[in-house]
Amino acid sequence: MSTSWFVVLSAFIFCIGAAGVMSRRSPLVILLCLELMLNAGNLALIAFSRMLGNQDGQVFALMVMVVAACEVVIGLGIIVGMFRRRLPIDVDEMSELRG
Amino acid sequence: MLFEQILFFAAGFGAVAGALGVVMLRNPFYSVLALVAHLIALAVLFLLLRADFIAAAQVVVYAGAVMVLYVFVVAYVGGSDEPLRPEAGGLVATLGPVFALALFVEISIAVLGSSLGALDTRGAELGAGFGSPGEIGRLLLTKFLLPFEAASFLLLIAAVAAVLLARKRRGLEEGPDAGGPGGSGLDAALRGATGGRTR
Repeated sequence: MSTSWFVVLSAFIFCIGAAGVMSRRSPLVILLCLELMLNAGNLALIAFSRMLGNQDGQVFALMVMVVAACEVVIGLGIIVGMFRRRLPIDVDEMSELRG
Repeated sequence: MLFEQILFFAAGFGAVAGALGVVMLRNPFYSVLALVAHLIALAVLFLLLRADFIAAAQVVVYAGAVMVLYVFVVAYVGGSDEPLRPEAGGLVATLGPVFALALFVEISIAVLGSSLGALDTRGAELGAGFGSPGEIGRLLLTKFLLPFEAASFLLLIAAVAAVLLARKRRGLEEGPDAGGPGGSGLDAALRGATGGRTR
């Protein structure tokens, strides 16, 4: 399999995630779609790492996974905080950053 | 070679189906389960690309730990079925898939029209230990030592921030006299020591 197959597949998954971020309203699902986009980036990084025969891309993918885990933890904490304050779980109504 | 192609198309189909499931399914709980399937299919693709350690970490860390966190939060918040199409308006929501399709076409043109000759080859010849845990660990502790330490600090900060975000704030639930902007951590600790929890 040539590298272009993997890169095009990664672009496709990234665009599915982007469509989800733009069209869904629940912040939970938006976080899931962000995960999709980050994983598509990981796939491209590892595909290029395979193409060049260089392992630096794999270490970079590992760093992306660390950042994704942090982002998930913070995002889910914010969602739990919204639920505690009985705010609507909807990004359209949460358009102001006020406590 | 044929086996590799079969595996690529099976795993790629699984990954795309999982991604579509995340976006299309109404119940957030099913979306999380679709994401787990997507991540496992992606791990198979990583194995095809000779990234053994990343594939194992993907299954253990992502599909294991992070998704359990998601399941807990969805069960706590209560996955309410939302309508896929917002009833009125939502110009962004209707134009979103169109933008995404345009983005895909653009990236595909950029990749397939690229003059990078190595894109159409199978890639460089690899050594025996390419992508093994030993090689990745050696890189993490020599060449990428500083990013490794920075990542550990980032994880620590995120853990502390999650505890701060998700703790109970009694001041907000008991009225304006208990909390307020001046309520410090010591104040909250004193209140916690003297009075019981209201909820």
